[in-house]
Amino acid sequence: MRASLATKVFVQRDYSDGTTCQFQTKFPPELESRIERQLFEETVKTLNSFYAEAEKIGGSSYLEGCLACATAYFIFLCMETHYEKVLKKISKYIQEQNEKIYAPRGLLLTDPLERGMRVIEISIYEDRCSSGSSSSGSSSSSSGGGGGGAGGR
Amino acid sequence: MSVMVARKKVVRKWEKLPGRNTFCCDGRIMMARQKGIFYLTLFLILGTCALFFAFECRYLAVQLSPAIPVFAAVLFLFAMATLLRTSFSDPGVIPRALPDEAAFIEMEIEATNGTVPQGQRPPPRIKNFQINNQIVKLKYCYTCKIFRPPRASHCSICDNCVERFDHHCPWVGNCVGKRNYRYFYLFILSLSLLTIYIFTFNIVYVALKSLKIGFLNTLKETPGTVLEVLICFFTLWSVVGLTGFHTFLVALNQTTNEDIKGSWTGKNRVQNPYSHGNIVKNCCEVLCGPLPPSVLDRRGILQQEESTAQEETCTRGPGAQEPTTAQGPCGQPEESSAQQNDGSLPHQSAVPVPSLSNTEMPEEKQPPAGELPIPSQDTGQAEH
Repeated sequence: MRASLATKVFVQRDYSDGTTCQFQTKFPPELESRIERQLFEETVKTLNSFYAEAEKIGGSSYLEGCLACATAYFIFLCMETHYEKVLKKISKYIQEQNEKIYAPRGLLLTDPLERGMRVIEISIYEDRCSSGSSSSGSSSSSSGGGGGGAGGR
Repeated sequence: MSVMVARKKVVRKWEKLPGRNTFCCDGRIMMARQKGIFYLTLFLILGTCALFFAFECRYLAVQLSPAIPVFAAVLFLFAMATLLRTSFSDPGVIPRALPDEAAFIEMEIEATNGTVPQGQRPPPRIKNFQINNQIVKLKYCYTCKIFRPPRASHCSICDNCVERFDHHCPWVGNCVGKRNYRYFYLFILSLSLLTIYIFTFNIVYVALKSLKIGFLNTLKETPGTVLEVLICFFTLWSVVGLTGFHTFLVALNQTTNEDIKGSWTGKNRVQNPYSHGNIVKNCCEVLCGPLPPSVLDRRGILQQEESTAQEETCTRGPGAQEPTTAQGPCGQPEESSAQQNDGSLPHQSAVPVPSLSNTEMPEEKQPPAGELPIPSQDTGQAEH
């Protein structure tokens, strides 16, 4: 029983707090039948908090910046920045969420880093041979263009 | 069954990136296409410093202090390091939307605006957002098919959207944006100091030596001095002025782009919502704040979908593999993301590519008091 990609949903950035990296917690209607609202919001809120931590302006980030400047930024050749460390944590978290929560529901989260930090891409898969599955016809009606675009490869 | 080794070159993502950038060292270095003026910058700095170290320093180190060439060397190395960092790094390019994402956004726009009949020019796509109690508009970029984040702008020279776009600087051969603004600022600051330093010590050298052998003889002995003084004199006016201008911008947390467009000035305009209101805080954030890594993933390996007739040994090469290695990656797992990385980007023929002023004003030659023409902004472009 192979799962095929039905459609994709894109969670956009939330710029209400400036240019910091935050994503909208608005629940996409396409996921209505696939996952509980609360789980999804929890994921996005955790991701937002990770990004806030990465971009936090405070003592440690200043120290890192000044130290880097003092070494004419050569220190970046051997040291990982705080931001990069947090991005690694995020990547692990997304993998974990996919394994535990999203994959069993036929969904797949893509790390926003792979999409230029523009969107959180959620791929919705449908099982081809499963008998009682809710058809994705209703969910793909509003995103017919997206499905067509996805299938048109 | 014979297993044959396929001689496939490993293709990295930078080779398929859209936009008008040049990449060197297998994707490690990223610059604009026109690099002539950058080479001129390098030549001027290296040439002037070489003359200084070769001639004046020898005399001054003996007569005054050996610290003079040491300090000059430190300044020179710092200026070169920051220049190369500015020129070679990703300024904060926002990758273009993949087809699925572009289609999704198009649908959302059509849902709000309604479909435009064929032949009519679509209205400019603008979304309104509220930041810190002020409304900021997000513009849609027709080339990149994304809604640009606030403070981002599309550089028509490099054909990329750049985050926190400042300006495109031909002297460093790259855009100046979020990721390399601090390097740019430190470069012009250290270059100002270096220029002042060399200029001052050239005058001191000429003064000291003239006391012993006379002014004309001094110039005859080291003709390079005249050249250095001339270069430093002209550089001083431009670079020091530019440094002052950018110090002003940093203190107010503004970009050159915003300053030229007058985004935050004037009676009916909103105040700059990104400023913390405190000069020190603004400086700290712009110069020492956290540095986001590049999202372009230039050196990632592009997964090829081609199937070959031969059976290949499926050994995945490590990331640092040389392009001419015999074996390439194969046996792709079914990943939708892999297919989309295949360079199948939104078709651009329908998008009028804006070709704004090809005369990129060399900013360092003019007093930067807002008299710079706009090299590449999103106002007035056909796409709006």
